[in-house]
Amino acid sequence: MLQRVFRQLTFLLLLASSVAQADMTIEVVGVGSQQYPIAILPFQNEQLDRQSVTPVIASDLNTSGVFKVLNFNDPSLQAYTPAALNYAALQAGGAQYAVIGQMLNEGGQVLVKFWLIDVASKQELIAFEKRGSPNQLRRISHQIADMIYAKITGKPGAFASRIAYVLKNGKSYQLQVADADGYGAQTVLKSRMPIMSPKWSPDGGKLAYVSFELEKPVVYVHELATGKRWTAANFKGSNSAPAWSPDGRQLAVVLTKDGGSQIFLVNVDGSNPRRVSQGGEINTEPTFTTDGQSILFTSDRGGSPQIYRSSLNGGNAERLTFSGAYNASAKVSPDGKYMTYITRDNGYRVAVMDLNTRRSNTLTSSTMDDSPSFAPNGAMILYETDIGRRGTLAIVSSDGKVKQRLKSPNGEVRQPAWGPMLR
Amino acid sequence: MKKIALSIMMAALLGACSTTPPAAIVDPAAGNAGKDANSSEIKTVDTSKTSGKSMYPELTDPSNVLSQRRVYFDYDSYVVRPDFNEMVQAHAKFLLSHKDVKIILQGNTDNRGTAEYNLALGQKRAEAVNSMLKALGVPAGQIEAVSFGEERPLENGDTDEAWSRNRRADIVYSGEQSQ
Repeated sequence: MLQRVFRQLTFLLLLASSVAQADMTIEVVGVGSQQYPIAILPFQNEQLDRQSVTPVIASDLNTSGVFKVLNFNDPSLQAYTPAALNYAALQAGGAQYAVIGQMLNEGGQVLVKFWLIDVASKQELIAFEKRGSPNQLRRISHQIADMIYAKITGKPGAFASRIAYVLKNGKSYQLQVADADGYGAQTVLKSRMPIMSPKWSPDGGKLAYVSFELEKPVVYVHELATGKRWTAANFKGSNSAPAWSPDGRQLAVVLTKDGGSQIFLVNVDGSNPRRVSQGGEINTEPTFTTDGQSILFTSDRGGSPQIYRSSLNGGNAERLTFSGAYNASAKVSPDGKYMTYITRDNGYRVAVMDLNTRRSNTLTSSTMDDSPSFAPNGAMILYETDIGRRGTLAIVSSDGKVKQRLKSPNGEVRQPAWGPMLR
Repeated sequence: MKKIALSIMMAALLGACSTTPPAAIVDPAAGNAGKDANSSEIKTVDTSKTSGKSMYPELTDPSNVLSQRRVYFDYDSYVVRPDFNEMVQAHAKFLLSHKDVKIILQGNTDNRGTAEYNLALGQKRAEAVNSMLKALGVPAGQIEAVSFGEERPLENGDTDEAWSRNRRADIVYSGEQSQ
């Protein structure tokens, strides 16, 4: 028994050390046409906490490509309240906005206070405080960055969200979850066989994915907090490409049990499979529309892979893509107005289509892109690309202007999925 | 009693060495603490396991055609090439004389295109071998056709040679671990 405790302990320690090494870092490759100059001054008492706040806020805003974080290192400019700010110096330094704050220790909790100031008018755009334990400071930092982003750009941020992806190292596969900035990677599943297609439940608490640990593709649902998982689809043949319904109660999956690859709906516990797709030898990559009333999917029914939309019983199938001989892997934006997908256009590239006007725009110039998914605010798209023949993650803004890479220190990183906002 | 004491100790130990990643945010406004669906704590599941070994030496004897397990396909093709007829026929014969033995046919593709669509394409390669075995009289109950899509290349790289090595269907006997 005691031995078991220590084994578990050793395992956890190993896990902890691997967490520290596995962090990805964001590299900005392209920035927006407009960048808001912002000064972020260190918060009062910040250095007392092992997890500082302002570097995380600055990194979030900087890597978004729409902010230019200015350096105000001169201690004489340091201020912890709006009244104490040296507005003339800020203006002279080109700052349009300033962020200041304080951190107060309250027993075991930390109270974070911050202000967002419009420098020219000296107006307080945000005055806010939030309480949390020290190990929640990173998430609070992302939430503060989201508030600043939303106030200034008029659109919601997505810094306080998580991503899932598959890390491949030789013959070792790990399904991992990390913060949207690549920090704090944690392993959900380890296997010597491939893992693919992680998809977030709408509440962010579970992942559906495909694992080949039984020498065949089987769809699992995995509860992140408990590690509890169950089989959602294991019929004869292949079981692949899970997609959550917006209410989190059903999955669309692709089964080959009846011949060809066909889309079915199953309940999340795997019960009650019923067929959706009719016609075509291949129907796959299902994804629900935001209203839950129809699905988008890839089908070969017209002779080449193209994206279609149909009702949940497969009726009224309508082809959405006509340009090019290969269009696949569709995902609908959170507002339901756009879809992102992969189009073959001198290589496999990320594209966006306005579902209303049907106008499309290719966003990337790489050649081996895959698995695009929208950030919960719809402003960014996370996808897999190849750099030096190595799978890696990248992010592009929905207008194609801002580009980032998530650099992993080890292994290939594939099949990303951007999860919902953390509350 | 001893058990309880140990589990308390274990909980304390686990608590002591837990890493920085935060639990759910405690938002005083919401007055809500503890684990919610958004909790950041994650437990790892490890599926690694040891391999089984086949009971039939002829399946792994290099001088026996049954040790050949890979059926290669031409670009964009889902038809078994004539040069693999003899090998597939040998497997059919073995399965017909060993009714209790089962196989998994694993289709594979190169890495061009999306992973999920490639999984569906790989399925077509497994089904091509499946159809041939069935035509030779092997009962459907002895065969399962599945796909690994682009997930298990024999060769990495974006060259014609690598791609042609990856366009294949592998025959795996039950109890074996595919390579």
